[in-house]
Amino acid sequence: MIDPVVLRLSGITKRFGSLLANAGISLSLHRGEVVALLGENGAGKTTLMNILFGHYVADEGTVEVFGQPLPPGHPRAALAAGVGMVHQHFTLADNLTVLENILLGTAPLWRLSLGRRAARARIEALSRDFGLAVHPDARVGTLSVGERQRVEILKALYRDARILILDEPTAVLTPQETEALFRTLKLAVAKGLSIIFISHKLHEVMGVADRCVVLRHGRVVGEVATAETDRHRLAALMVGEEIMPPAVAPPKPGPVLLRLDRVTTPSQGSATGLRGVSLDLRAGTITGLAGVSGNGQAALSDLVSGLVRPEEGRLELAGAEVVRWTPRTAVASGIARIPEDRHSTGTIADFTLTENAILEGYRSRFAKGGWMDWRAARAFADGIIATYDVRCPGPETRIRLLSGGNMQKLILGRVLEPGPRIILANQPVRGLDIGAITYVHSRLLKARDEGAAVILISEDLDEIMSLSDTVHVMSEGRLSPGFARGTMSQAELGLWMAGHGFADAA
Amino acid sequence: MRLEPVANPSALRRAGLPAAALLATIAVASGLAAVAGADPLATLGLIVKGAVGSKFAALETLNRATPLIFTGLAVAVAFRARLWNIGAEAQLYAGAIVTVLLGTGAVGGPLVLPLMALAAMAAGAVVLLGPVVLKTRFGVDEVVTTLLFNFIMLLFVSYLLEGPLKDPMGMGWPKSAPLAKEARLPRIVDGLRLHWGFALALIAAVAVWVIERRTALGYEMRAVGLNARAARFAGIPVDSVLVKTALLSGGLAALAGFSEVAGLKGHLTLDLSPGFGYTGIIVAMLALLNPLAVVPAALFVAGVFVGADSMSRAAGVPTYIADMLLATSLLFMVLAILLIRFRVVRG
Repeated sequence: MIDPVVLRLSGITKRFGSLLANAGISLSLHRGEVVALLGENGAGKTTLMNILFGHYVADEGTVEVFGQPLPPGHPRAALAAGVGMVHQHFTLADNLTVLENILLGTAPLWRLSLGRRAARARIEALSRDFGLAVHPDARVGTLSVGERQRVEILKALYRDARILILDEPTAVLTPQETEALFRTLKLAVAKGLSIIFISHKLHEVMGVADRCVVLRHGRVVGEVATAETDRHRLAALMVGEEIMPPAVAPPKPGPVLLRLDRVTTPSQGSATGLRGVSLDLRAGTITGLAGVSGNGQAALSDLVSGLVRPEEGRLELAGAEVVRWTPRTAVASGIARIPEDRHSTGTIADFTLTENAILEGYRSRFAKGGWMDWRAARAFADGIIATYDVRCPGPETRIRLLSGGNMQKLILGRVLEPGPRIILANQPVRGLDIGAITYVHSRLLKARDEGAAVILISEDLDEIMSLSDTVHVMSEGRLSPGFARGTMSQAELGLWMAGHGFADAA
Repeated sequence: MRLEPVANPSALRRAGLPAAALLATIAVASGLAAVAGADPLATLGLIVKGAVGSKFAALETLNRATPLIFTGLAVAVAFRARLWNIGAEAQLYAGAIVTVLLGTGAVGGPLVLPLMALAAMAAGAVVLLGPVVLKTRFGVDEVVTTLLFNFIMLLFVSYLLEGPLKDPMGMGWPKSAPLAKEARLPRIVDGLRLHWGFALALIAAVAVWVIERRTALGYEMRAVGLNARAARFAGIPVDSVLVKTALLSGGLAALAGFSEVAGLKGHLTLDLSPGFGYTGIIVAMLALLNPLAVVPAALFVAGVFVGADSMSRAAGVPTYIADMLLATSLLFMVLAILLIRFRVVRG
């Protein structure tokens, strides 16, 4: 490689208590190169990037940008040296325009004028050059996720970033938006920028990166040119073993545990309600609900979770209509609920792992006469951490500090440990890496084989089709008939997803 | 200039910054004293001396801290659950009214004091119940309703003192009849002007701490305060937790009224509370909503008030310096708390 090295991390080591987050990681990035940083959640990718940006100080090792060492612990230093980061969770102010968001923090505090005219011209030029179409005067709150990401990239470019770091950039994008992002990245690289691309979607990595660096348990376990490897070998490097697609035994359907009988629920704002949905959930089966997001999946999830009651129709548990339906009665009826949003609904960020682990069972299992039994709670959390392989410094850590995959494992432990009869899994693997996905899926299959009725809601057709014994499609609040495993092709399901085939279709 | 987060604040940072806040407060206070034409160091010395310089001064500070502990706890417990109770003043007066109603002869016997305390708590709880039900049922902002209740309650007390509760022997002054002797809180030690209300306040602080840390209700309150959406999803009855929090908070604030009337004043007047309910917000914030820390925070605030009163008589500096001192100390403390977790960087 004749292109000069623009970024060099040498021997980075970082410990958090007894947890070794980074163990002597070395990484170099050349001019005009895309390097993919691969690794499971908890492999140390985020810690490494936080060290690069000065949020953490490494115990050992140095960071060099364009040949100059970066002083540790100074977040501005990396930015000033020309390193820009696009976070997975955007850091934009919804009430400000695109222009204002980009300018935010660039102008000196004590100057009144923001120099908008010059700034606008520059932003428009950058938009053009990098194929980042977004209107400078649009309010960020009105933009789509893909557009917001473009604003984040513009923000970095506006600050003269020569090195771009993208943290899971495609996790929130539609396939079309992903395509556009990749075109932008190619333009950027052609202009001499360098890119670190953090991801676990292997086919994207193969498509966009020149080189892959694979992390596992805080160490570099592999560094390969993408041209000289394939998806399977990368996946094996990431998790340390060959991954097998889940082997699904034939289901042993039992009695109907949950029945929806022509249930209608009100629409809430832009979220579609259910329109006369009937559904039987049998013990020992997985029922998959496919569909484009926003077609009533949230309403069905809220209904089964206990947040919403039927407006019309009946909800029956083991043959009896439910009364006083609330989240608490849902939990008490043996329903395990894995919510769609693990950050804001599934956990309380500033609670510890212990406190989060008992969120559903604190009254019935961890309190006696109103007094908390913290010893039992702690033991329960310890058990989940061990059984579900939650990587964390300990049960008294605030859950905010965990990666998404480890958060999801804790939720999984919380809801599965009591031995539920019905499991509602709403987007259970969104944003997770391969290792965590495989793990969550194997847990759901195990629960099915032990006689639970599982509802799986997902936008990923592959996931639905590989796990579900019966597939339904949701469209505009309606539910298609159930299709047994293997009787429908992706294309046929796609037609139902587009709304064709429903009895009352217009 | 910009703020950047500090990942793991050092012990030096945690202890040094609040200390620096205290020094900055003293510097500002010195400047104010100099503006008023007094010797700054002597003025500060007089404040300290006036607050803790003698047995009498120290006891006075403890007495003044007593209602502040109660209102500080009331605010801390409510704010923890994100229930913005700005109406501790109204709940305090509700407690005081009930104390006078029961203590002026309506009931007697050995259990009159516990009975008065419980009834006062119930009255304070009821006063906060209205705004909370409006909040949970109709989404009415409790900041507005609890704040406005303070004025309603003060006018109601004014009416009572000019009408039904007016002391017939009071020479026409708007004050209530005095409490019966058995309805007065005794002094802790004979001859020392400190009543059992102070001990009750300490017990209350420990009790609130135990509730928050050791009971299921405390767990629920913290969960609701940190993330009501996740709490609701998990099956915590959010509205019912808010109502229970309100009952506790209102009851604690009412104990301030009970303790002031039964322990100190012996009767009810319109100036029973010089803003104890509002000062309780300062106390709770200084204590970072920690119930145990409410006690030292209340002692500090009370000391500043008592010391400034005494200094004002000796040095001729207006007592407003006490308000300035508290305001600056709160601002500097909030700043210090911010700077523990963030550092300022030029750039």
